[in-house]
Amino acid sequence: MKVHEYQAKELLAEFGVPIPRGGVARSVAEAKKIAAGLTGRLVVKAQVHAGGRGKAGGIQLVSSPDEAEQVARRMLGTRLVTHQTSPQGVPVNSVLVAEAVDIERELYLGIVIDTVAGLPVVIASEAGGMDIEEIARTSPEKILKAYIDPGVGVRPYQARRLAYGLNLDKTQMKTASDIISNLYKLFQAKDCSLAEINPLAVATDGRLLAVDAKLNFDDNASYCQPEVTALRDTEQEDPLEVEAKERGIENYVKLDGDIGCIVNGAGLAMAVLDLLKQEGGNAANFLDIGTLNNPDRVVEAFAILTSDPAVKAVLVNIFGGMARVDVIAEGIVAASKQMEIKVPVVVRLAGTNVEEGERILNESGLDLIRAYSFQEAAHKAVEAAKKSS
Amino acid sequence: MSILVDKETRLLVQGITGGEGTFHTRRCIKYGTNVVAGVTPGKGGADVEGVPVFDTVEQAVKETGANTSIIFVPAPFAGDAMMEAADAGIPLIVCITEGIRTLDMVTVYHYLKQRGVRLIGPNCPGLISPGKSKVGIMSGDIFLEGNVGVISRSGTLTYEAVSQLTNLGIGQSTCIGLGGDPIIGTVFVDALELFEKDPQTEAVVLIGEIGGNQEQQAGEFIKGNMSKPVIAFVAGSSAPPGRRMGHAGAIITGSSGKAQEKIAALKEAGATIAISPAEIGSTTQRVLAAKS
Repeated sequence: MKVHEYQAKELLAEFGVPIPRGGVARSVAEAKKIAAGLTGRLVVKAQVHAGGRGKAGGIQLVSSPDEAEQVARRMLGTRLVTHQTSPQGVPVNSVLVAEAVDIERELYLGIVIDTVAGLPVVIASEAGGMDIEEIARTSPEKILKAYIDPGVGVRPYQARRLAYGLNLDKTQMKTASDIISNLYKLFQAKDCSLAEINPLAVATDGRLLAVDAKLNFDDNASYCQPEVTALRDTEQEDPLEVEAKERGIENYVKLDGDIGCIVNGAGLAMAVLDLLKQEGGNAANFLDIGTLNNPDRVVEAFAILTSDPAVKAVLVNIFGGMARVDVIAEGIVAASKQMEIKVPVVVRLAGTNVEEGERILNESGLDLIRAYSFQEAAHKAVEAAKKSS
Repeated sequence: MSILVDKETRLLVQGITGGEGTFHTRRCIKYGTNVVAGVTPGKGGADVEGVPVFDTVEQAVKETGANTSIIFVPAPFAGDAMMEAADAGIPLIVCITEGIRTLDMVTVYHYLKQRGVRLIGPNCPGLISPGKSKVGIMSGDIFLEGNVGVISRSGTLTYEAVSQLTNLGIGQSTCIGLGGDPIIGTVFVDALELFEKDPQTEAVVLIGEIGGNQEQQAGEFIKGNMSKPVIAFVAGSSAPPGRRMGHAGAIITGSSGKAQEKIAALKEAGATIAISPAEIGSTTQRVLAAKS
């Protein structure tokens, strides 16, 4: 799960990481009020769940509260399109108004789980402000790492070792060490999957400040992190994805093709997307229906797919294991009774209880396009989508 | 032979009294797996499908000599279940449970590693040595005993691949679903090493997906250590970056997570790549024909 920059910064401040003074505004008047309480040059930043804001005009420097008000008026209520968003962009419903920092140097600080080591790793670099992968590629010697034993946490020597590598003076050293251990405390306490401060600015007045920050959270921890879950902003997500979650379909990702897919299992669902592409088609979504043996789940999946105007054909590809194929077949029959499915539906069933599933579909009298292998199913779905568009 | 599970496997089911636990206990027994015990705290003394239930893993091991555990315990308690099994001396743990907190898994991973315990999963379908033992949730009838090892990060894609093999008359020595989480106990390299040493296995089918860099590590291992042919497919060539494709581990966060980079690494290592997921069986058939 992602959160906004202002939410990430509020959490950082709560854990003792210094951030520039400022506040979040949801209206023009609020923006002006916040700006009036700050001094010096200010920055107004669109709060969206996407990177590349600067280049897209979502970050503006201003020199007075009046100017902050004008910029906020231009941003609020619009949609920001960056290289990371869809062409429709994402809505700007709030802006962060903060004091601009006179930056001498930009550092990088981040924590992720290293899946090979099976440990959290703190990454620090003098070459901040850029994408960390870019730094790793161009100047690998500038990447410093410390693996953390979660039972122990960040030891002072580890924080010191990283801080020494950042070329800081004595006072800054102490602050940087504190920032590193505090960032880790946040990472652990809130079940982050990524905690990144980029840049961690060395200001001309010597202060260290988290000028931009990104926190992502482990979805598997949502059951024990209600405060984090409350930070979710569904307006930043695709409306169909939000609806899918509400209907109990956890694993739905909207894509830009025209073949709606209902598949069981994430790996098979990915393979379906690949095979459709190889057959000259494009999937409208990734959808793993999971293994809950309940025909209603299939009905919900059809409801999502048929409410997507881009969908020109539906492909149901099920290989029953834990999921029973007869239950899926019942779901297809129920869906066609409960809603009007205007697009052609290609169905391929295999695995657990396939004979019973086939019998249900055959006796239903439904006008389905049937396939009996993976290849045939993909091929027929691509053809059906071409014909009906 | 085969790897990890066979006729010697004495299976313990943790969470045996739950819906999934009971259902799959029945199916494992039906397949021929020797299920010797179940554990559900507070349900000791009961029996499920004729299998005695104990309150603790320690008791179950003492009474029945269980040497493998399969876990169906809900996510918030699954980490504890794995540690309990490790402490009771179980050398092989298979965790089916999905949705375990990553930081919980970090602790469990190292706890098990320090004790020399092998873990398969979590968030996996388990494993099967066809004709011998099934320690998982896969449907046994699509498998055929034979000489091809199968390792995969996904469940249903494994069924698809295995059914392609079986339909061509190509049997399997052991099929392992490694699991879709960021931190898993057994990775491709571990399984490849076991298959390389297994006399029954003549070739290995490896099914990867986007996210992480396990496939690249597998490539490094294949280059230096595998004498047996490897056939590989990587799912997610058409997946957009930054989106979690169902599995917590299947998300492209950097260049190493992309399918194209993984395919290139495996190809360079000498693996034969199945371009299409519908051609995993036929590609394997070609490789086996060329070998003999």
